[in-house]
Amino acid sequence: MLTKRIIPCFDIKNGRVVKNVSFLTNERDAGDPVELAKVYEEQGADELVLLDITATNEGRATMLDIVRRTADQVFIPFTVGGGIKEVEDIRELLLAGADKVSMNTAAVKNPQLITDGAKRYGSQCIVVAIDGKWNVEMQDWEVMINAGKVSTGLSALKWARECEDRGAGEILLTSFDQDGQKNGFDLDFTRRVSESVRIPVIASGGAGEKSHFYDVFTTGKADAGLAASIFHFKETTVTEVKKYLKERGVSIR
Amino acid sequence: MIAIIDYGMGNLRSVEKALESLGADLVVTSDPDVVRQAAGVILPGVGAFGDAMENLRQQGMISAIQDVVAAGKPFLGICLGMQLLFTSSDEHGFNEGLNLIEGHVRRFQGDFKIPHIGWNDLTLTRESALLDGVQNGDYVYWVHSLVVEPVDRDVLLATTDYYGEVPGIVGRDHVFGIQFHPEKSSRVGLTLLRNFVGMVREGVRA
Repeated sequence: MLTKRIIPCFDIKNGRVVKNVSFLTNERDAGDPVELAKVYEEQGADELVLLDITATNEGRATMLDIVRRTADQVFIPFTVGGGIKEVEDIRELLLAGADKVSMNTAAVKNPQLITDGAKRYGSQCIVVAIDGKWNVEMQDWEVMINAGKVSTGLSALKWARECEDRGAGEILLTSFDQDGQKNGFDLDFTRRVSESVRIPVIASGGAGEKSHFYDVFTTGKADAGLAASIFHFKETTVTEVKKYLKERGVSIR
Repeated sequence: MIAIIDYGMGNLRSVEKALESLGADLVVTSDPDVVRQAAGVILPGVGAFGDAMENLRQQGMISAIQDVVAAGKPFLGICLGMQLLFTSSDEHGFNEGLNLIEGHVRRFQGDFKIPHIGWNDLTLTRESALLDGVQNGDYVYWVHSLVVEPVDRDVLLATTDYYGEVPGIVGRDHVFGIQFHPEKSSRVGLTLLRNFVGMVREGVRA
């Protein structure tokens, strides 16, 4: 039976993991994304998401090197996001060894990027990241871009369907209402999106404890759950989360 | 020496690095003569079936593959490479394959999410040296929209379930195919690749 996936995510700036990761005690390894990726594979992570938050060209080159080194040493699938603006960026990341790329703002500004990327490299490697925030006036979740700073007026549900139609292989759905709050994923939002598309939905934003993953896989109908700080700061481990879910009958590797 | 055939169908880096991590002696090549001289051959790849066959044809690779198989050397197709082992495929119209194993490749059909993507468990259906150390219920990573339908069910070594039976590993004599991605399947995937490397080293006609 196909399992629900647990996906640790980390931000990378100029080649280093941005947040201090408490369980890597060796000073040198603590900020190395490849070392962190290996630890997560060891813990049973099903996939990884590496988000490049570097803005400079030098940073981009460093990121490609990290993608290469990760692909050389880590034998689970990983997605790379951040800074993708054109099809050429997708090509570079895939050639460096990324299994999938994730696009957010660029996809909203230029939806043709989804279509072209999927046509050229296959839907399986095109992930569209959607940041959604509940909008009272719209009575809908609104798509936010530029890391949540800019509102678009787009309905997240409609946008998710358009992404699917254009050939996206997965939706990485982040609730901006829940992100960083640690009191659980946005179950309603996740379920609504998951029920309106026929591609897998990765839920993100709000994981603070093990039970939140259970809720998002059952009530939220997510195919995968993504989290950052809950794993980085050793509040729990991927192993513990998976054990907890398995005991409660969730299909887990 | 194991030859990994490079025929312009996707990035081979992950397969190469996984084998390297196992200490395998490798060459990535698009030269049919290098393939003929190898002790074992891997045909990886992602993309469309018809394009893949056309690329192999243009490289003069098809006869090299036939020679390698006729010589009894271990041969492994991965993902699209496994589908190419079969007689024909429906993908983007009818296309003929390598016909090393009799059967057809068809699209998943039904009211469920396609591609079949993620970790799914194996049911082992036959014994093989390729499966040493792999157990019933082990999880591996899948990404595919097409499934193979072998004429002879005896070629099935392992299957999974995704709205019906899905062949995961096939084998006939020394020709093997793996539908999922062993290079992305952590310990279990590396075990399979290690077994294949072992067969090549020993020159086993499994």
